[in-house]
Amino acid sequence: MTNTVLRLSGITKRFGPLVANDAISFELGRGEVIALLGENGAGKTTLMNILFGHYVSDEGTVEAFGKQLPPGDPRAALDAGIGMVHQHFTLADNMTVLENIALGTQSLWRPSLDRAAARERIERLAADFGLSVDPAATVSTLSVGERQRVEILKALYRDARILILDEPTAVLTPAETDALFRTLKLLVAKGLSIIFISHKLHEVMAVSDRVLVLRSGRLSGERETKSTDRKELAALMVGQEVKPAEVTPVHAGEPLLVLDGVSTARHNGAGLDEVSLTLRAGEITGLAGVSGNGQAALAALIAGTQRPTGGRISIAGQAVGDWSPRAALGHGIARIPEDRHAVGTIGDMSVTENVIAERYGSSRFSRMGFLDWKAARRFAEEIIADYDVKCPSPEARIRLLSGGNMQKLILGRALDPEPAVILASQPTRGLDVGAVAYVHRMLLAARERGAAILLISEDLEEILALSDRIVVMSKGRLSPPSARGERSIRELGELMAGHGEERSDHAA
Amino acid sequence: MRLEPKPAPSIGVTLLFPVAAIAATLLFTSLLVLAAGASPLSVFYLVAKGAAGSQFALFETLTRATPLIFTGLAVAVAFRAKLWNIGAEAQLYIGGVVTVVLGTGALPLPAPILIPVIIIAVMLAGGLLLLGPAVLKTRFGVDEVVTTLLLNFIVLLFVSMLLEGVLKDPMGLGWPQSQKVIADAQLPRIIQGKRLHYGFVIAIVSAIVVWVIMKKTVLGYEMRAVGHNPEGARFVGIPVNRVLMKTALLSGGLAALAGFSEVSGLKGNLTLDLSPGYGYSGIVVAMLAMLNPLGVIASAIFVAGIFVGADAMSRVAKVPSYIADVMVATSLLTMVVAILLTRFRVRWR
Repeated sequence: MTNTVLRLSGITKRFGPLVANDAISFELGRGEVIALLGENGAGKTTLMNILFGHYVSDEGTVEAFGKQLPPGDPRAALDAGIGMVHQHFTLADNMTVLENIALGTQSLWRPSLDRAAARERIERLAADFGLSVDPAATVSTLSVGERQRVEILKALYRDARILILDEPTAVLTPAETDALFRTLKLLVAKGLSIIFISHKLHEVMAVSDRVLVLRSGRLSGERETKSTDRKELAALMVGQEVKPAEVTPVHAGEPLLVLDGVSTARHNGAGLDEVSLTLRAGEITGLAGVSGNGQAALAALIAGTQRPTGGRISIAGQAVGDWSPRAALGHGIARIPEDRHAVGTIGDMSVTENVIAERYGSSRFSRMGFLDWKAARRFAEEIIADYDVKCPSPEARIRLLSGGNMQKLILGRALDPEPAVILASQPTRGLDVGAVAYVHRMLLAARERGAAILLISEDLEEILALSDRIVVMSKGRLSPPSARGERSIRELGELMAGHGEERSDHAA
Repeated sequence: MRLEPKPAPSIGVTLLFPVAAIAATLLFTSLLVLAAGASPLSVFYLVAKGAAGSQFALFETLTRATPLIFTGLAVAVAFRAKLWNIGAEAQLYIGGVVTVVLGTGALPLPAPILIPVIIIAVMLAGGLLLLGPAVLKTRFGVDEVVTTLLLNFIVLLFVSMLLEGVLKDPMGLGWPQSQKVIADAQLPRIIQGKRLHYGFVIAIVSAIVVWVIMKKTVLGYEMRAVGHNPEGARFVGIPVNRVLMKTALLSGGLAALAGFSEVSGLKGNLTLDLSPGYGYSGIVVAMLAMLNPLGVIASAIFVAGIFVGADAMSRVAKVPSYIADVMVATSLLTMVVAILLTRFRVRWR
């Protein structure tokens, strides 16, 4: 670890009054994996964007392989051998893997790609690093895990010697995560250096040699992975000890939402196939499963954005008639959507306009077709205070908020009317430790109050920690429910993989 | 070159950018003026004088601005909800048709009743004309840019057919024009002997009403939400398709008012040259106003001033009045750049 490939010195970046990065310095050695750990909004992504030339820092320099990089020039970063895999992929969906990877590496004046050479090179790289993917496949047909492999291949194809991975596991299944980690080991063995950005402690412990912890834009700690533990890192990250959510015994009550043999069309993966499910008051029902097996369809159904093609939905004992988002809200269903940016909020509208979005038509916020902006603003201020949202003002565009604060606003909007039924779809995806704990506390408090909660999550630990009953979804069908602790992780894993489908006919 | 988003600019900066855009426009067009062999400063002076240098010029500019306010509002409303209404020209002509159908003696009512009746009918007709493309968009995903644009030509040919047929003025010496509207259907002049008529007042009131709708009402909130993020709007329970229908009715209705105001306030009858492209200029007007309904008043007067001023200038300075089209088009481009700069910071390398 003696030869340094990358050196950041005194990087400072301000956005108006906000200091996103405050005099951050570190070095990366050849063949080393550094984990950059920090809550959302701690400045990880900003730092990497400066390193890669997307942003220009106000102070400080970046040096790669002994040469200083000109600020604000991604081309120079690429040429210096720095490759970045973004959290949100940057692939052209309608083109093939090969075209995506070779895109931009050849002169525009050439009439066509040298496909044979490109293909050979991609296949060699894929074989060397365990990144199996068909170069001729169209990107739109690939799974999320495969797309990520294409992104990594793209960087390697451009001779990257330093690879930056921004929250690479946020979208992966456990098996895909393991495959990614194996690839990283192979890359390091070949002498590449890796910066791994994450806020998941167990991953950081698993892959890194050294951990840098960022908090509020500052480097709050630097540890050898061998000589630290999750508890210490968590403390460095949030500045205090994080207590896991405490779960009190369950007092299950009346069934509040009952699905009876409901089927739906496909929606981001499988549709529902005669699914029956009962959500009871005072109970959290956890829905586990591999992404794309019908969770999105179930979430859309309960949220009201998708209509059933068969079967019956009853709420509090009454079969529902016409089904729509408004009907769902009218029946007292609170919805926390999976995608905060595209669905949960309207980015270019203000915090105030967003918090009233589900209830702007109620007499509280409007009269005779006119909105009562004073009442709306008061409500926004209440939510900001009650749910501890950090934002400049209720007039700020919600796009400017961090993921955690956006989620707190969505929680506030959904939970404030004390809903009877709560649909929480991936409520903690992409959130930091502090925000995750907050979301969990809120869900448990709603459970105490007697709400019936459906928690859809790809994080099995989260499901196990919170759920009173667990159902597993596979290929659009549900497993029979199991009580807390009844099934082992291995058994749940088997159900997720699609075994035990036959038994789903007995689902409650 | 890179664009970085920046936080919302202050009001001062927001107001500064249109000014900078206009300055840049003058700079660019002065090159063309030089090419035409005239002095840019004197040409711009003559344009300004022709647009606002006398009482006559000022009234002429305001008269010309009146239809542009209506079409500008129509576009601003529709674009806010991301309903791309390029068909204000067609809606304007339909407004003119309805005005002459009802206003040439078919309804023998006194003016205080007849004019409101015509206004309602005109708005309904214009709204329904845009409802078609809106329904095609929401039902079948047909691009409304295409349908509304093509409707302009269909409607113009339809009007031509009417003016050669049922609406043709028997006393018109064979010209394709309609009969004049009766006195009770005419909008009075604001000042006796000047061309400026009460259509201008209706336009200002419309702008204020639209501003109130966008800012204060549930409908305006829904329209903005649908425009910014239709999927998000649907999720929170906003009836997206219904909002688009209402937007279409409002937008089409406003554009049709331009036709009513031109026929009833200025021309008196319907001809095929009722509009020299007011429907299309409405897009420029709305963009210059950054889709703000009150800004539409200012930008409509600005655009009208350039056209009126350039006419006057070309008579004196021998520079073709087409320079007005260049100025308006350039100002649209510089304004788009200015809007971009208010939202993003540009980084060079």
